[in-house]
Amino acid sequence: MDINDFRGIETALLLVLFIGLVIWVYSKKRKSTFEEASQIPLNEEDDGIDHSMTSNRNNNTQGE
Amino acid sequence: MTETNTPSYNYTVVRQFAVMTVIWGIVGMAVGVLIAAQLLWPALNFDIPWLTFSRLRPLHTNAVIFAFGGCALMCTSFYVVQRTCQARLFSDFLASFVFWGWQLVIVLAAISLPLGYTSGKEYAELEWPIDILITLVWVAYAIVFFGTVMKRKSAHIYVANWFYGAFILTVAVLHLVNSAAVPLTLTKSYSAYAGAVDAMVQWWYGHNAVGFFLTAGFLGMMYYYVPKQAGRPVYSYRLSIVHFWALIAVYMWAGPHHLHYTALPDWAQSLGMIFSLILLAPSWGGMINGIMTLSGAWHKLRTDPILKFLIVSLSFYGMSTFEGPMMAIKTVNALSHYTEWTIGHVHSGALGWVAFISIGAMYYMLPRMFGQTQMYSIKLINWHFWIATVGVVLYIAAMWIAGVMEGLMWRAFNDDGTLTYSFVQSLEAKRPYYAIRLFGGFLFLGGMFLMAYNMFKTMSAPKQEKASDAKPAIA
Repeated sequence: MDINDFRGIETALLLVLFIGLVIWVYSKKRKSTFEEASQIPLNEEDDGIDHSMTSNRNNNTQGE
Repeated sequence: MTETNTPSYNYTVVRQFAVMTVIWGIVGMAVGVLIAAQLLWPALNFDIPWLTFSRLRPLHTNAVIFAFGGCALMCTSFYVVQRTCQARLFSDFLASFVFWGWQLVIVLAAISLPLGYTSGKEYAELEWPIDILITLVWVAYAIVFFGTVMKRKSAHIYVANWFYGAFILTVAVLHLVNSAAVPLTLTKSYSAYAGAVDAMVQWWYGHNAVGFFLTAGFLGMMYYYVPKQAGRPVYSYRLSIVHFWALIAVYMWAGPHHLHYTALPDWAQSLGMIFSLILLAPSWGGMINGIMTLSGAWHKLRTDPILKFLIVSLSFYGMSTFEGPMMAIKTVNALSHYTEWTIGHVHSGALGWVAFISIGAMYYMLPRMFGQTQMYSIKLINWHFWIATVGVVLYIAAMWIAGVMEGLMWRAFNDDGTLTYSFVQSLEAKRPYYAIRLFGGFLFLGGMFLMAYNMFKTMSAPKQEKASDAKPAIA
């Protein structure tokens, strides 16, 4: 076995890994998980505006 | 108070980076316009060494990539990671260190490059003491970013953070490996590598700077701001995962296409060419995913200039990631390499993709970071969009023509085997296109001034009452 066999095996392994990834990602089981994940930016609790910069600078320190 | 459920976020550092993005954008592009003018009128260096093209060109590239692009990436990554993880930044102190440290790096670059201090590596010209400072800032950046990801409330890490994370990790590795050098004095060092290996390390770095700094990072931006501005989730979340892994795995190997027909071994050149061709697939995966996010809401493009910036940036991304693989083909490269075509290609990516998506994201960020719901003038954003678009198109069209023309002139032979044209003749022929390029760049810079005016007006606008908007319907 020389280095070129190793290179061939490595290429085949990476191809299998990629196909495995595609199957994993597109399996029906994960459909809802990913649909949920895609909503993350749209389901934020507030408007993303820094209200400490509005008239009174008193909030934004309360928290957690 | 209606906000008790909202974690308080660190917006200070986000605001600082947002403002500096615009400022450094103007500085970097102004230097670009100056050196474009110098190519047309060489006397514009006024015989002052600090103002020569050779010193200002690296200043231009560093300023637009690392100052303008870097600030935009740090601004948006700190905003996106906090909001999608619902956690405050890991450390306020480190975040502020990242901001001030990065500004110091930029200022040191702006001083040392015109003075002629350079390590001679493209896009990594800064000398070793600055490289060490960059490393410290970058480690702090990584700690803040990944520390925040670890604090997240939900199990899933949103795809934008994957892209930002890949960008931060890879740039750290690239910087450490390529900047490895033997210091001679405080201001002079020699690369740790020699000969063809040095060239390969340099372009492994160089092309991955394109792939991870200028692509993965900005794709992270795309995956947050396009859905936000369009009010729709990304077209296919699954595609985003597949193209993420494909993109980061393949980009790593594309560097040798910068060294076609050099002393680099042939097999390495061919490898670089093949991987560059494969790159078309994951690149277009991202482009399609971004543009198709608008599917069913195309009408928004008519009225929303911020969305125009974001979506047109993706068209330029698609265009330049088609052009790139094509130029990586050896026979095409034989014509295009060392010509203006390369400059045109870079700017269709840098202006059309990177700058457009950053500008779009900044128009989203700036009002929010100053307690407003929108920019001072939407009309000015629209003007900015059209001026910048005309600028980019003029720029890249001029460089295409100039590049192909000079490539053909350089390779033209007479029957007796002598060259048909001298080098100076090819320079002469390019003059009109240099003028068009200068005008295109000037327009793009003009757009940035509109943006700065709009920004300062937004910053000084009367602050709004924070009354009824506690639970807005997210559009």
